[in-house]
Amino acid sequence: MRLRSGVFASACLLVQALGVGLFLRGFFPVPVRSLPRSGALAGPPAEPPPTGFSSNWTKVPSPLFKKAVIVLIDALRDDFVFGSKGKRFMPYTTQLVERGTSHSFVAEAKPPTVTMPRIKALTTGSIPGFIDVIMNLNSPALLEDNLIQQAKAAGKRIIFYGDDTWVRLFPKQFVEYDGTTSFFVSDYTEVDDNVTRHLDNVMKREDWDLLILHYLGLDHIGHLSGPHSPLIGPKLSEMDNIIKKIHTSLLSKEEGEVTSPHLLVVCGDHGMSETGSHGGSSEGEVRTPLLFVSSAFDRAGGLLKPPELVQQTDLAVTLAIGLGLPISRNSVGQLLLPVVQQKTVREQLRYLHLNGFQLSRLLQENMATYEKDPGFQQFKMAEKSHGSWIKLYLEGNTSEVLRNLGKKVLRQYLEAIRVLSSSLSKQVAQYDTYSMIVGTIIVLEVLVLLLLSTAKALSSRAELEVPLSPLCSLLFYLTCLMLCAVHVVVCTSTESSCYFCSISWLTAIGVIMLISGLLCVILSALEKVFVNPKQMAKNPAAATSSWSEFDMLILAGTVGHVSSLGASSFIEEEHQTWYFLVSTLCLALCQETCRHYFLAKDCDLQLPSSAKANPEEVKGAHHHRDDAGYLQDASKTGKAANSESTRGSEKWMALATPWVVLVCCRLLRSLNQTGVQWAHKPDFGHWLTSSEHKAELSLVASVSLVMIFILVQRRCSLVSKIAMALGLLGVYSYRAAIGNVEFPWQRDSKDISKGIIEARFVYVFVLGIVFTGTKDLLKSQVLSTDAKTKFIGLWEIYSGLVLLAALLLRPHNLPVLVFCLLIQAMMTKYVWKPLEFDAAQVTIMHYWFGQAFFFFQGNSNSIASVDVSAGFVGLDNYVEIPAIFLTGFATYSGPLLWAVHLLCYLSSDVSRNPSAMGHGCFCYALLRSIPVAVYIVLVTGLRYHLFIWSVFSPKLLYEGVHVFITAAVCTFFTAMDHNHLRKVQD
Amino acid sequence: MKETEIKRLLSANVICIFSIIVATVTPSLFLENFSILGTHLTWLSICSASVGTVNIVLYFILKPNPSNRRTSLAHKVARFLRCCVYFFMSCILFHGIIVLYGAPLIESVLETFLFAVLLSTFTTLHCLCLLGPNIHMWLRVFSKNGAMSIWDSSLQITAMCSVVGAWLGAFPIPLDWDRPWQVWPISCSLGATFGYVAGLLIAPLWIYWNRKQLTYKSR
Ligand SMILES: [Zn+2]
Ligand SMILES: [Zn+2]
Repeated sequence: MRLRSGVFASACLLVQALGVGLFLRGFFPVPVRSLPRSGALAGPPAEPPPTGFSSNWTKVPSPLFKKAVIVLIDALRDDFVFGSKGKRFMPYTTQLVERGTSHSFVAEAKPPTVTMPRIKALTTGSIPGFIDVIMNLNSPALLEDNLIQQAKAAGKRIIFYGDDTWVRLFPKQFVEYDGTTSFFVSDYTEVDDNVTRHLDNVMKREDWDLLILHYLGLDHIGHLSGPHSPLIGPKLSEMDNIIKKIHTSLLSKEEGEVTSPHLLVVCGDHGMSETGSHGGSSEGEVRTPLLFVSSAFDRAGGLLKPPELVQQTDLAVTLAIGLGLPISRNSVGQLLLPVVQQKTVREQLRYLHLNGFQLSRLLQENMATYEKDPGFQQFKMAEKSHGSWIKLYLEGNTSEVLRNLGKKVLRQYLEAIRVLSSSLSKQVAQYDTYSMIVGTIIVLEVLVLLLLSTAKALSSRAELEVPLSPLCSLLFYLTCLMLCAVHVVVCTSTESSCYFCSISWLTAIGVIMLISGLLCVILSALEKVFVNPKQMAKNPAAATSSWSEFDMLILAGTVGHVSSLGASSFIEEEHQTWYFLVSTLCLALCQETCRHYFLAKDCDLQLPSSAKANPEEVKGAHHHRDDAGYLQDASKTGKAANSESTRGSEKWMALATPWVVLVCCRLLRSLNQTGVQWAHKPDFGHWLTSSEHKAELSLVASVSLVMIFILVQRRCSLVSKIAMALGLLGVYSYRAAIGNVEFPWQRDSKDISKGIIEARFVYVFVLGIVFTGTKDLLKSQVLSTDAKTKFIGLWEIYSGLVLLAALLLRPHNLPVLVFCLLIQAMMTKYVWKPLEFDAAQVTIMHYWFGQAFFFFQGNSNSIASVDVSAGFVGLDNYVEIPAIFLTGFATYSGPLLWAVHLLCYLSSDVSRNPSAMGHGCFCYALLRSIPVAVYIVLVTGLRYHLFIWSVFSPKLLYEGVHVFITAAVCTFFTAMDHNHLRKVQD
Repeated sequence: MKETEIKRLLSANVICIFSIIVATVTPSLFLENFSILGTHLTWLSICSASVGTVNIVLYFILKPNPSNRRTSLAHKVARFLRCCVYFFMSCILFHGIIVLYGAPLIESVLETFLFAVLLSTFTTLHCLCLLGPNIHMWLRVFSKNGAMSIWDSSLQITAMCSVVGAWLGAFPIPLDWDRPWQVWPISCSLGATFGYVAGLLIAPLWIYWNRKQLTYKSR
């Protein structure tokens, strides 16, 4: 079967996307979960009965605290409370920690340190899997067994004020709530006033048992200006006053009655890094304070020891015990013993037994060989000694023996719980190896196939033979059979859940047939290359001889980038790699232009004489002369086309272009500092977005919008020109409406809206322009008019996307868009076209620039830099599909715009090289599949690396999504290409 | 004749390498707590100064491209001044390129500039010594098959090696090893130096190896 390289490449990419999807599904493990049925059957365990006695303690123990208030301060770092900042700005809290009736801990949050998974960890006590981060986007109700649900079931009345993530997670559990949205990150006073305004009223009332307050202001300050901002101090003082107010009113409530004390918990969901963002695993992001205050506790002693390091998941079980609720089934936390230390030994042992029992049950449900686990064995031992302690106790023994035995049981329990908890936490990192292997095989097969067919696909015909006859061969059936057998064996033998086994048999067989088919095709391609090398020898020889330094640079850059993916710091600082490569590319282009314009003349003069002088050096000067001949031709055609003066100015522009591009890249680099190591350095973007530089931001935005219009409109039709202008005006008024920029005539208006009308106004024009473009494309397809209509159609689609990007990107990123357009325009006019780079080279340059722009717009390889707010532009509330689409587009707008520009460029280039589209598509597919295949193999090897969750997994997600997007783009390419080729054949 | 030329080239290059070693070792006898990493700026200036002087002295001793006509003193002075201007301009150019590659613009300007001076010493000064302030000659030497003597080939190789060395030297900077040599511009200047030394060593060897194939055009 003959295939054109474009069709072949997009088919390969689609298959690869399937493989990547399968790998991702296997790589991100499903977190440990208890089986739903078992929880319903088993109630709380009884106290371990000694022989001959039966305990009457079979129910959940009664609550220790009557009312509890949880003050959750978003992004509260431990040093904000326990460090020097705490001493300065939180005097009341510091006094509580040092001399009050309190217990303080440093709770360690597991990455990803993003609000929603952290709230889940705090309320369920389980460790949310990495996949929960992506679910953060649509945040469905929490169905897992959790503290809030248990409290509601026990008849407690819960009141909540604060971040509306809670309201979405627990939609029916609160008797009263007021959710504030974290939509406007630039607002850090109103979000907190919205919470505090209820406080006086609610503290007077008696009709609640659990009050949860989630303050967002500190987090917003962190995002705006970092942990060392002058705004932090006043915010901490505000929080300190709130804690003081709550504590004093709780104390005054207690005065009347002595029944049971109240509890105040102060905690943070995650910290913030040195730049003020969060999501990763740096110390500042992970360590949060956890403070229990209650009159039931002993007064903190005189000598101050640093707070003990505990896990964030420990809060859920401690609160469950404190409020007399059953422990959540999926909790992996350990009871914080100091909180219950005022109780009798029998009660303490009872609590620890409950905790240990719950953990060991979770272990039984998640591990086949649970009996061999040391924690489980220790727990069984502790249970036995607990029984004998009860026996002694019930016999009325009050001697030293009883006390010593009690201490010993306590220690045994604590140790057992610690071991159980850590082995359960490790379970989270269980990989679905089978799905991963299947995915990897598919991805690698596609890569090998692409590499094997490079020479043919990039030949001038841009066609290649895909041998389909082996598909019916014996080998194919044998492989299929063998793989099916393996599938059956694997799926029937493993206990753990496996995604590839759980899909339907028909789909699985389809995938298996795909794998074996690919294998057969690869084998026959290999045979062609190695068995009849003579036939092939001519082409590669010709190819290698024409390899210039420029091609070598491109090859070295690709290889270098791919090999850098193995080091975590190179992934964190991937932008540096791309900036470096792009700068080198510009210098190489500078050399190319110099050679083209200066040495061409020299060659004209030198070549005849040198050929005469040294007839024996033909070998050395072989391609030298080739070059010269080629350049002479080029200059002849150039002279014929242009007059001498325009040629002169063009020459200087061409010489200047690489330098202009270098300067642009340097400016863009200082717009957004990304990465990890240098992320704290001041950048222009932060300066612009800070509230006191609103006027400057407005100026930059308006100039950028005008520039965008000038650069885009030159190839549009009149209708879309007007639409573009109106759309860009709409973008500015949208920015003004949400308060990023201001109109010069309304200086003092403070009303901030979501700008829904303005954003929808822009969407209308985006759709309009894209529609016009599509219409032109269809027209060119049906009527098969000249390539010009098609080019205009493509350019209109491109400009529609530019308009959408202008709307969705962060306000200070509009210059990125301008420079993107400027670089594209200059490169096209002065470098790519005059110097006649071939389609493959131009594609690779586009890809590199696209990658660099991905980072120029402020992205990084950490989840924290995804701008989720782009998903809400023009939407009243969260709607899943548009939100995901808009966020994805905003994140990948750099690579996407460059890819679409490539399409425009190649379609205008088609007259010179009819197979340009196919070559471009193939190169693009190859460039994307090399890093993703290598990275998948690397990540599999590094899956027990320390940074797997904080560095490698986010990068894997980015790579995966990029493959999906590239597959879509390449399919679009092929659709365009198809039309053209058919026309040529006619 | 060619053999002797290669020997002369080799000895000149060995002297250059030796000057770098001397510049690294001897200052610690005179200066307290001198080290490449600790007092990198001092090392940079000493190294460029010594390599520069050695190059100029070698040029006067060896005279690789002897000029035929005798020139007046005024002409020589003008030539020298033009050399100085060219050298300074190349320093500025290198500085600009380094900043465009992402070096900080304002902070550590001195470090960047001294690194640019070092790079110019390794490349431009060499060119100035061998070819004189003549841009057309430079363009010729650095274009394909433009070398006219083994000195030209050696110049090509050393200049390429130092620039590539500096380029490769930038790679360890993002690694989070927190080593003292990862500080800007130490790894790059060390890379350039190693590249230069490697170039000095490779050039005679490569020329010796390919002496049969190398046929230089007569002027
Ligand atoms: Zn948060
Ligand atoms: Zn945040």
